[in-house]
Amino acid sequence: MIPAAFDYVVPASVDDAVRELHDAGEDAKVLAGGQSLLPVLRMRLAAPSKIIDIGRIPELKGIRDEGDHLVIGAATPHHEVQKNQLVRDHALLIALATETVADPQVRHLGTFGGALAHADPAGDLLAPALALDAVFVVAGMDGRHEIPASEFFVDYFTTALRPGELLLEVKVPKYTGWRAHYEKFNRVAQAWSICGVAAACRVDGGTIAEARVGLTNMSSVPVRARAVEQALVGQQATAEVIKAAASHAVDGTLPTSDGNADAEYREHLAKVLTERAVTAACS
Amino acid sequence: MTAVAEPEVGRARRRKEDARLITGRTRWTDNLTLPGMLHMALLRSPVAHARITSIDADAARKMPGVLAVVTGADIAEEQGSLPCAWPITEDMKAPEAPAMAVGEVNFAGEVVAAVVARSAAEAVDALEAIDVEYDELPVVLDMTEAIADGADLVHPDLGTNKSATWVYDSAEAGSGGAIDDAIAQADVVLERTFRQQRLIPAFMEPRSVLVDPTGEQITVWSATQIPHILKWMISAVTGVPETKVRVIAPDVGGGFGGKLQVTPEEIITFLLARKLGKPVKWTESRSESMQSAHHGRDQIQKITLAASSDGTLKGLKVELLADMGAYLRLVSPGVPILGAFMFNAIYKMDAYRFECTNVFTNKTPTDAYRGAGRPEATFGIERMMDELAAELGRDPIELRQQNWIKHEEFPFTTVAGLTYDSGNYEAATAKALELFGYDALRQEQRERRERGDKVQLGIGVSTYTEMCGLAPSRVLGALRYAAGGWEHASIRMLPTGKVEVITGTSPHGQGHETAWSQIVADRLGVPFEDVEVLHGDTQSSHKGMDSYGSRSLAVGGTALVMAADRVVEKARKLAAHMLECSEDDVEFSGGKLKVRGTDKSTDIQSVALHAHVAHDLPDGMEASLDSEATFDPENFSFPHGTHLCAVEVDTETGQTKIRSYVSVDDVGVVVNPLIVEGQVHGGLAQGIAQALFEEAVHDESGTLTTGTFADYLLPSAADLPSFTTDRTETPATTNPLGAKGVGEAGTIASTPAVVNAIVDAVRHYGVNDIEMPCTPMRVWKAIHTGERAAGGPGDEAGGGLGSIDASGGAQ
Amino acid sequence: MRITTTVDGTSYTDEVEPRMLLVQYLRERLGKVGTVVGCDTSNCGACTVHLDGQSVKSCSVLAVQADGREITTIEGLADDGELHPLQQAFHDNHALQCGFCTPGMIMQALDLLKENPDPDEDEVRSGLEGNLCRCTGYQNIVKAVRAAAEQMPSAARQADVPQEPVTASMPSEVSQS
Repeated sequence: MIPAAFDYVVPASVDDAVRELHDAGEDAKVLAGGQSLLPVLRMRLAAPSKIIDIGRIPELKGIRDEGDHLVIGAATPHHEVQKNQLVRDHALLIALATETVADPQVRHLGTFGGALAHADPAGDLLAPALALDAVFVVAGMDGRHEIPASEFFVDYFTTALRPGELLLEVKVPKYTGWRAHYEKFNRVAQAWSICGVAAACRVDGGTIAEARVGLTNMSSVPVRARAVEQALVGQQATAEVIKAAASHAVDGTLPTSDGNADAEYREHLAKVLTERAVTAACS
Repeated sequence: MTAVAEPEVGRARRRKEDARLITGRTRWTDNLTLPGMLHMALLRSPVAHARITSIDADAARKMPGVLAVVTGADIAEEQGSLPCAWPITEDMKAPEAPAMAVGEVNFAGEVVAAVVARSAAEAVDALEAIDVEYDELPVVLDMTEAIADGADLVHPDLGTNKSATWVYDSAEAGSGGAIDDAIAQADVVLERTFRQQRLIPAFMEPRSVLVDPTGEQITVWSATQIPHILKWMISAVTGVPETKVRVIAPDVGGGFGGKLQVTPEEIITFLLARKLGKPVKWTESRSESMQSAHHGRDQIQKITLAASSDGTLKGLKVELLADMGAYLRLVSPGVPILGAFMFNAIYKMDAYRFECTNVFTNKTPTDAYRGAGRPEATFGIERMMDELAAELGRDPIELRQQNWIKHEEFPFTTVAGLTYDSGNYEAATAKALELFGYDALRQEQRERRERGDKVQLGIGVSTYTEMCGLAPSRVLGALRYAAGGWEHASIRMLPTGKVEVITGTSPHGQGHETAWSQIVADRLGVPFEDVEVLHGDTQSSHKGMDSYGSRSLAVGGTALVMAADRVVEKARKLAAHMLECSEDDVEFSGGKLKVRGTDKSTDIQSVALHAHVAHDLPDGMEASLDSEATFDPENFSFPHGTHLCAVEVDTETGQTKIRSYVSVDDVGVVVNPLIVEGQVHGGLAQGIAQALFEEAVHDESGTLTTGTFADYLLPSAADLPSFTTDRTETPATTNPLGAKGVGEAGTIASTPAVVNAIVDAVRHYGVNDIEMPCTPMRVWKAIHTGERAAGGPGDEAGGGLGSIDASGGAQ
Repeated sequence: MRITTTVDGTSYTDEVEPRMLLVQYLRERLGKVGTVVGCDTSNCGACTVHLDGQSVKSCSVLAVQADGREITTIEGLADDGELHPLQQAFHDNHALQCGFCTPGMIMQALDLLKENPDPDEDEVRSGLEGNLCRCTGYQNIVKAVRAAAEQMPSAARQADVPQEPVTASMPSEVSQS
């Protein structure tokens, strides 16, 4: 199908983009890679009057090292994120989760920031961002400010971005030397996650020194499995410990029911996948 | 003596068709553009059952670039009723089936209005300006409820939701005993109810139609499997003389039965092009295709199997409900009936009864989908054979062996009244068992069970047969099908020695251009490269019954053999004249015509030229070697085989992984093993996908919730295993090629093999059935709740989730 | 909006509506009908082309996004009438039936081999997870891709546009209009 007509602008800088966004009002849409937006436009599920293409703003692309954290530009394609050595060294969980997003073609164009701002609860990058305490740098006409991941995801497809605000980049604290695993569960390879578990652990001499666990698609927003983390920290990384900890995976979740999984099954999956993700992240 | 060339038949020739397809030089219907061509877009009903109270198209008519907006009322007179060619019973109830809804809609996706505009974008834009008001009516979705007393009706004027009930009873037909006696006398009676979920054929090329009314004949290009039938039906429906209609099926991107249809869209495009006097093209979006192109399967099967305690089958009773959807399309009513003769499969038994009731619902019409009736039957019996084996504590292979027709018993007339001409179930099974490593896998299965492994292994068996090579016209007539089942071929011997073959089959991926060239090359002794196969254009290929039902080779290939033999007959006569000998002394071999016992000879190319210039022909001979033939088989053909599937079921998540899959098929004599193997691979993928992935789901309002590829799950390469395929070869005796047909075999056989394997993996948890598709949730629930038949909890689609939610931002 | 692209080695400048999809531009404006549309949700991959040397689904890219960039389609793969090793391998291994998915499948396979010159079966399968085929069951496609990998000199893998190295630095500025 063919999208409804819209105006199209390609700002060259963040300032231009923010101004365009402000001027266009609520009827505008930001296009980064367009890999979620284009299907929506083609199905005419949305018909924005204006598309603001931020794909050509150099400042929004690339990954850099800023000492205790990495900065990932919002318009950095998934493909670049998953291959990037800085990400693999310091935020492995993000690289691993990114590898599971959609398919290779989509990962060439789809962007890190776009996927996060889209805030699809079945998206694979939300839980890792939450688990790793990423910080979202946004800009509006009033200037720039930061939003912690724990406040960024508000509801289904809804973030703390206010009208006229643009996600610029994401700061990810360094987890150098941590092991990580993203356990994705779906029915066919290219489908969205029915449930996913993002786990990163720092294991010190067989003891789990630190652990971070986030859940995909277990609520309208990604869920941080704090009870699991607490049950792991300070314990030996044994199968029994991990299984017991994983039994807390459903704390704080509010899973939905659909044809692939009802709430009961999703809760069960969350526990099983948490056990598997943490086991992999500790080994 | 020259060396005898390697026979073409049996050779793994790489395909002639590939050259254009791998370089992008394709002629899909949507690739075609004509001068002055206009574009059509269709407005479809978002509701499943309603009266249309008003349609306001004034605003749409004023939109830029819009030439016409048409509603059902506007074309009610000309559009007629879409054809149903298979009235299965004398009293079958069939509603009027307008191409465009007039006054009421009966499924979500039915066409309500059409816009023709200068560009496709303008046409789609104008759809949004059409305002339709619907007065919603009760929606009928569930077959069992639909046939209960007092049910809401899809078509109130018919007075019922039952279209027809069709019965085969072996006692009545004289092909066996009475089923009630068999059940009464049996030691074991097993009863199961299976659901064949609704599927979507999901050919990769969306449907497209281009109609050019500017010539003397109205030319229709369509992504169809059936250009010949379509030509006839367009004429029948619109009243335009058949001589004024030309149909072309150019490159067609898959069909699987899904393009065996005379579609509303073809009729609407035809009518509007004619009205406007300009070429009009319509190409569907994938979501339109999912919603409105016909669906497949959708049956509830209640099956009763009676056996003695030693495992000998006594009788089989099959009671079906088949969902027709809202209308009867081209062959909808006959699809389940094609299964009637196949539930008894390869087994001997005393009594058989089949009863099928076709039911209307407010859903997309169903019709042929790869296998059409036979996968349902094979699933039913092969699942039951595994259930009986479990009940009796027998090995499922051994139980089948006990009951199947032995190779020395062919030809064999079954309890369903068909005569199977040939087969060797023992040979195919023996080969499959060896390739599979059956005993070792059974050993591993025992070990995993004993140690309570989280991953359980299951082995599924399917020893199938099918009836294909559709079909003997007289049998089709007896089944009240409105058309014949013959096929036609002609051969043009050109003066340069090249050969044009015209076939009535209509390939859309099968590789007929290659296989037909091989047959003709052998038969006429000409180089493979010198044969050109023409098809799919009713102007050049004026006569044919098209491609479906694994018929093309067994029927169309045979017509080709006959036509080639007639060319040789003529050539022999002319060669005798040229070589001054008696016709009886002319030997034909490898393209050479030789006077017996001499070194005098000529070749078929020289004879063709001689015939063409016609300077010196024998008395009474026409100036050409060209020949044609029509073949009508006397019987169906009966491919068979043994499929073995091993699955690993993760009992913690319910996820199934196919560990190994072995198929040994006997499809008769093979013309091109490369093509046959490819057909088997693709068939397996579709059958496995029914078992594991695919399902068309409607919500309680009748909206299709699996309306995109994000929700209707087709497997990718990452979701399927490598298959081990092999063959045995028992020639069919009903055609000179010995071919049986391979298009549907893989799909027919594989679905029960996979489900049998899954149930086998978890049977020790008290599970004896899992509804298809066997999703991880269903498998997990079956294991963990001990539910006998674990269905899904809801009717919502899940695959896409919010992936295309309108409120989303950019990614 | 005016865009300039290089498609299969030829430069084109055209006025397009912003809503025009790249695949529409290729098919309807440039006559590159070898690239086809199979779905509207970017699941099927039939429309796969290379954009600046990387595979993308051209149904999910606006033509205006391709401004100033280089595109390779299935029609630009054969070199002076000589089939690309992947095209040859698809033919040799009967990796197509109806052929509708084939252009996208070949273009994605080419991208896969650029990243991984010697993939095992699982790597081929997962590398093609974004491309659907309804005819072949994928077995011969996987076989063809692995056969092509053996045949292909490294130069053939880079047949279209050299891929920009992935670095942490900012990419060079692209022209805008």
